[in-house]
Amino acid sequence: MAESDNIVVETAEKIFADLADPQTINNDKKGSWQAPLWQALSEAGLPLSWVPDDLGGSGASLADGFALLNAAGRFAVAVPLAETMLAGWLLAQARIASPEGEMTVVPASPKDRITVDADGALSGRCRGVPFAKAAKHFAVLAHGKDGVSIALVDASKGRIESGLNVGYDHSDTVTLDKAQPVAVKAAPDGVDQTTLMLMGGVARSLQIAGALESMLDISVRYSNERIAFEKKISKFQAVQHNLARLAGESAAALAAATSAADAIANAKKFDDEVYLEAAAAKIRCAEAAEKGGGIAHQVHGAIGFTIEHILHRYSLRALAWRDDFGSESYWAVELGKLVAVRGADQLWPLVASR
Amino acid sequence: MTAALRFDPIRLPEKCEQLRKEVRAFLAEEMARGTFNPFKPNREDTDVPEFCRRVGERGWIGMTWPKKYGGQERSFLERYVVTEEMRVANAPTRRFFVADRQSGPVLLKYAPEHIKMDILPRICRGEICFAIGMSEPNSGSDLFAAKTRATKTDGGYLINGTKIWTSSAHIADYMIAIFRTSPPTKENRRHGLTQFLVKMKQPGIKVNPIGQITGQYEFNEVVFTDFFVPDDHVLGEVDGAWKQATSELAYERSGPERFLETYYVLTELVRAVGANPDTRSAEGIGRLVAQLHTMRRMSVSVAGMLQAGKEPVVEASIVKDIGTVWEQQLPHRVRDLAAFVEETASNRETLERQLDFAIKTAPKLTIQGGTTEVLRGIIARGLGLR
Repeated sequence: MAESDNIVVETAEKIFADLADPQTINNDKKGSWQAPLWQALSEAGLPLSWVPDDLGGSGASLADGFALLNAAGRFAVAVPLAETMLAGWLLAQARIASPEGEMTVVPASPKDRITVDADGALSGRCRGVPFAKAAKHFAVLAHGKDGVSIALVDASKGRIESGLNVGYDHSDTVTLDKAQPVAVKAAPDGVDQTTLMLMGGVARSLQIAGALESMLDISVRYSNERIAFEKKISKFQAVQHNLARLAGESAAALAAATSAADAIANAKKFDDEVYLEAAAAKIRCAEAAEKGGGIAHQVHGAIGFTIEHILHRYSLRALAWRDDFGSESYWAVELGKLVAVRGADQLWPLVASR
Repeated sequence: MTAALRFDPIRLPEKCEQLRKEVRAFLAEEMARGTFNPFKPNREDTDVPEFCRRVGERGWIGMTWPKKYGGQERSFLERYVVTEEMRVANAPTRRFFVADRQSGPVLLKYAPEHIKMDILPRICRGEICFAIGMSEPNSGSDLFAAKTRATKTDGGYLINGTKIWTSSAHIADYMIAIFRTSPPTKENRRHGLTQFLVKMKQPGIKVNPIGQITGQYEFNEVVFTDFFVPDDHVLGEVDGAWKQATSELAYERSGPERFLETYYVLTELVRAVGANPDTRSAEGIGRLVAQLHTMRRMSVSVAGMLQAGKEPVVEASIVKDIGTVWEQQLPHRVRDLAAFVEETASNRETLERQLDFAIKTAPKLTIQGGTTEVLRGIIARGLGLR
């Protein structure tokens, strides 16, 4: 993506460039870069982008927040920025103010369920919750007798079993056992677990697209530096064609993800057309992560397989992000069912809806 | 960033949606009238002159061209919608589509005024058909290797040589062709080719049919023997056709026709599978729809760039590469997913007939209009690799 004229993205890119340089981060085995980065992002109000001013946030538009997530993907940022943004967004749907500090959303998988009792206590077990261990609060979507609720929960009220995703980032199991929330309110109409998963899925799609843009960038650069058989490998037609395919996958991911973000940002509700956009983005971006990441590694040869090289920061994270908020196989089944129920003659009108 | 590839989420404006309804209604009328049958792709009736004239009457050919040449001065996005609906309906557009997409724009840019005034309105009325004379025996994608000679003579040129793979030459009224007017120079291999407007159905041109593996007839070999082309039929710069030919390619490479050619098998799969698909079918359909949606977003995005007057050559090549590989694989994926459709499904026979034809069509999709290898070379150039 070209340089942004968006002030939110500009601010974020400057912070990432100063404090989240992938090479520096990769060399820092202790993770001492995380605290200053999070502090700078917080001071700029970025983690609470999607929280209105009166609920403690910075009140950026959905569109600006999505663009910020794409930029975060380009730097393969491994702090709970997307998670805190999603949590703030979810809480704001029920007019619950966001606290300071890291947050994440529970559940992070369409199959997991949290239930809410009559007295407001929350129970359930959710796997694969990104950055749960780093979070001070959870934004929880829960199901009860009276429908769907949104709750703010102090993270210390939950039991957390640590886990790592394939990108070496925290992906934990959160168990709530009659946990009392800080606040709980009914979710407004149209906000349910599917909505949360689609929002999360589009966030991940934008991050994957960003990671692919960077993978293309560093792969092209590497191919112009690396000499083999007495020439730059970028001069070999087979390498050129691989990089052209990587550019295609990167472009497809970016097109699908930005289109879905735009659709959500301008939608009045999550109708079938928005569902198509969001589900398709997650499916296509996940496919692009697999194909594109494979090519990026192929171009880099053995050096890209080492922990010293930065390539894995993008490739493994893009692969890991496929799993959050519903995998591509999950969404493909759901989208396929939607298409089948609407019937053959309604497929094209759905695809050509905007 | 190495390559600032942009695919902005362009949305079709409201007036496109109105137009879309009009096109759908028109196509439904034509099907009812029996002009074409979208469920019978292996048809022999693809050349339907009356259909072309009726499309012309609606103002849907040359839509973006100036009104004084018979156009409507409408946007590329409106044209996009018409192309899309025609393609999805499997409408018999072969007779006018080449002129609409490529030949007309070339004439608009390079033909003398009296020729524009003569030919463009007839294209818009759906009365005439164009062919493109690029490939030659043993040249193909390597346009520099074209040998067919145009030798200067009194008042014009004499053409000698052979064009090949020329779609629709047997029904075409005109061809826009590239001939060699000078040898290439050592410094510039691209030098020496000139673009000409050729009036077909004249002495000195012989059109020989070439059969295709689909069973359809579309390709031809076109042999020129001392064929005369007048001076005012030279299009653009003598010896400078290379740049002219390549600058048009974004139009040819990113449109809906570059990912929808086998779309009909997906619709028929959904129909055959029914409302309650098993998990495997649902997943397969979901993935294909996600891929289709993504390509369409990319293609609409390029149409928006063209509308804005940009030249998205690399982006268009990416759309064609991904789009044609997809439409090529689609019949095979559908065949795979159709394996468990009930033997008794009432529309299974239609699906099988469609698949049979689409599978035979598939091999050409990554060849026509610039091979995958050529496209990837263009993309690589855009990435700064060559």
